[in-house]
Amino acid sequence: MKAVLRVLRSDYLGLLVVLILLFLVFGTLSNRFFTLRTFTTVANQIPDLAVVAVGMTFVLIVGGIDLSVGSVLALASALLGVALSEWSFSLGSAVMMAIAAGFLCGILNGVVTVGWSVPSFIVTLGMLEIARGAAYLVTGSRTAYIGASIEPVGAPLLGLGLSPAFLAAIVLVIAGQIALSRTVFGRYAVAIGTNEEAVRLSGIDPRPTRIAVFALAGVLSGLGGVFHAGRLAAADPNAAVGLELSAIAAVVLGGTSLMGGRGSVVRSFFGVLVIAVLQSGLAQVGASEPAKRVVTGAVIVAAVIADSYRSSRLRND
Amino acid sequence: MLVLRAIRKSFAARVLDDVDLELRPGEVHALLGANGAGKTTLARIVAGLVSADSGAMELDGVPYLPRTKAESEGLGVHMVPQELNLIPNLSVGENLFLSSLPSRKGFVDRRELASRARGALSRVGLLDLDPAASVDGLGIGVQQQVEIAKALAKSARVLIFDEPTAALTDPQVETLFENIRRLVGAGVLILYVSHRLEEMRRIADRATILRDGKVVVSEVFSRLSADAIVRAMVGREVERESKHQRRSLGKAALRVEGLTLGRRVENVSFEVRRGEIFGLSGLIGSGRTSLLRAIFGAETADAGGVALGEESVTRRFRAPIDAARAGMAMVPEDRKRQGLLLPRSILLNTILGVLRSVRRKAWRPTGVEALDRLQVQRGSPEQPVRELSGGNQQKVMIARWLLRDSAVLLFDEPTRGIDVAARAAVYHLLNELAENGKAIVVASSDLDELLAICDRIGVLSAGRLVEVFERESWSRESITAAAFRGYLW
Repeated sequence: MKAVLRVLRSDYLGLLVVLILLFLVFGTLSNRFFTLRTFTTVANQIPDLAVVAVGMTFVLIVGGIDLSVGSVLALASALLGVALSEWSFSLGSAVMMAIAAGFLCGILNGVVTVGWSVPSFIVTLGMLEIARGAAYLVTGSRTAYIGASIEPVGAPLLGLGLSPAFLAAIVLVIAGQIALSRTVFGRYAVAIGTNEEAVRLSGIDPRPTRIAVFALAGVLSGLGGVFHAGRLAAADPNAAVGLELSAIAAVVLGGTSLMGGRGSVVRSFFGVLVIAVLQSGLAQVGASEPAKRVVTGAVIVAAVIADSYRSSRLRND
Repeated sequence: MLVLRAIRKSFAARVLDDVDLELRPGEVHALLGANGAGKTTLARIVAGLVSADSGAMELDGVPYLPRTKAESEGLGVHMVPQELNLIPNLSVGENLFLSSLPSRKGFVDRRELASRARGALSRVGLLDLDPAASVDGLGIGVQQQVEIAKALAKSARVLIFDEPTAALTDPQVETLFENIRRLVGAGVLILYVSHRLEEMRRIADRATILRDGKVVVSEVFSRLSADAIVRAMVGREVERESKHQRRSLGKAALRVEGLTLGRRVENVSFEVRRGEIFGLSGLIGSGRTSLLRAIFGAETADAGGVALGEESVTRRFRAPIDAARAGMAMVPEDRKRQGLLLPRSILLNTILGVLRSVRRKAWRPTGVEALDRLQVQRGSPEQPVRELSGGNQQKVMIARWLLRDSAVLLFDEPTRGIDVAARAAVYHLLNELAENGKAIVVASSDLDELLAICDRIGVLSAGRLVEVFERESWSRESITAAAFRGYLW
């Protein structure tokens, strides 16, 4: 009983209610919604968005923003695709290269932001263009078809119906939450996002942590690129346009403050789930692409309003 | 021993001029001076937050030239800042050891952190504070104690306190003083910056008084009389205590009935008449600020209400704009965060409340007139308000509301962080307002202040108004006793 009460009062309630509502609505509208297939489809679609959202959570917590994640993801997946299909890399080394590319973009974001005190909004906006352009250069502006060599990443495991990418994403979400709440790095991130000057006056140099956060976001975008290529068995330089906005929406749905200092990785993952369930549910009931976008936008804003209303209630108790 | 020789520092103007200072082991050294005398700058130089333009420092015979806070802390020089610098989203323990979190392979060692934190907290008397509690939910007094515990937790050779007792209750001050004495006994050098002469007299052994960036007196504290200290600080005789003048009271101006706000304010009723100064006293956390905020509509009360002037029916304000339209004003506790637009001009800050009602061409003369009436010492009206001293900033806040000609004025801690001379000016101003028929409510943690200026004092205890004292019948003891009453059952 106590455990139930705790969950009901916890920060997860708002998002759980939204998820249950979505299930009820789509379950009533479509008789094919409550199937294992829907579940596995959603699960196998979200790994790239989920890992990007983990990185984005950290970036927002230190009070920054990373607009380049979609482009960096596309660059990483382009490199992976070309390396596998044309340069005949092994899968392992191709994956390493994709992640390294993400790391490079991320650390560049971090170093420029911190070193020259440029707002991360501007720096990552620049990186959004640079990485996208690089993705076109790498692929020669064509989609690179990879074929079977990428299957170990994206193809569903026998019997489970879930892809290795999904399982890896779940592990990373949990690891991200632990890193945020239990490690020195995570605690510094929260502290910096709350009051950077106070951190500095406590005798800590906040700059390495800030750079590391952007590097982390880059690495996770790179990994997202691997998952993305794995899902489609292809590397499309046009991939993941606008993904940065979905990731920010998911993280904010999860209650992370855009002002920094407050957030949770697991809740960001719930935000990803809400967006994914909404998308696939709308597709099942036959909504058109424009209608899907209108509804998704409205639900995001409504969910955030509901959540802030709920938490102000809790505070007043 | 810490020795400072011929320290000079200029920002726009000369702030410190050839300052010599010696901190000797076994002594608490008090640093005094009016606001703007340079004492905070001097403290910040010692703490390594600012570097001096010229001059030399020596710590135990070794040249001491800190360039960063980390460097000075490495040498054991710590400062307890006046403004709270805790991170609200982290736990108490994490705040205490932020720069040296105990960890294994990058993971915070929570058990070790909790036990270290308990040790540090017990040293400041916070025995039952959970180290895992979020700082967010702590009152400002407790936060300050945590801040002090944070400085004490590190191995310290020099500790600088900047107005450490501003938000502490009397028992908390006692605990702090015990700590300071223990540290002095252990050979820590203490520099103590404060406005409060009474408490400095109790704790300090030696005093250095600054005026306009120069040392005017450096002397054993017990050889200095209060008058001599004040004279040295301001360079002229000042009224030591604003003498209370009996005024004729008019009709009721503010009636508060059964006001309730959660558990912070419970069923509070009182009345203030025109020409009256009504004080609100109580321990930290007794609900003074919450009560003022509920009256003013900054937070909407759950029950009860407020009637202004002749109104027979009470109402509940839902937003400050409603209260302001009805003729009420509030000067909040934290003028920097809740009152002023710090980087904006003095003029804009003054006329902020009347931008709509005053024609654009009249903005400047209106503002300048109000500033002159309150004798705000300033450069041009376009100067950023941030550059004013605390006392003059407070006058700007008062000027803002005078322009709206409010009948009822609420003041929350009107003299916090203001020097002696400016404090007397604020008291004078409150008296003048009352004489002109305003009804005034002053909430303050400084009982002497309320005793000096109020006609009546209401005592809040655990959110309830437990007693209202008249000038004839009050005593320091009876008011203090009342302040604890709500916590006894």
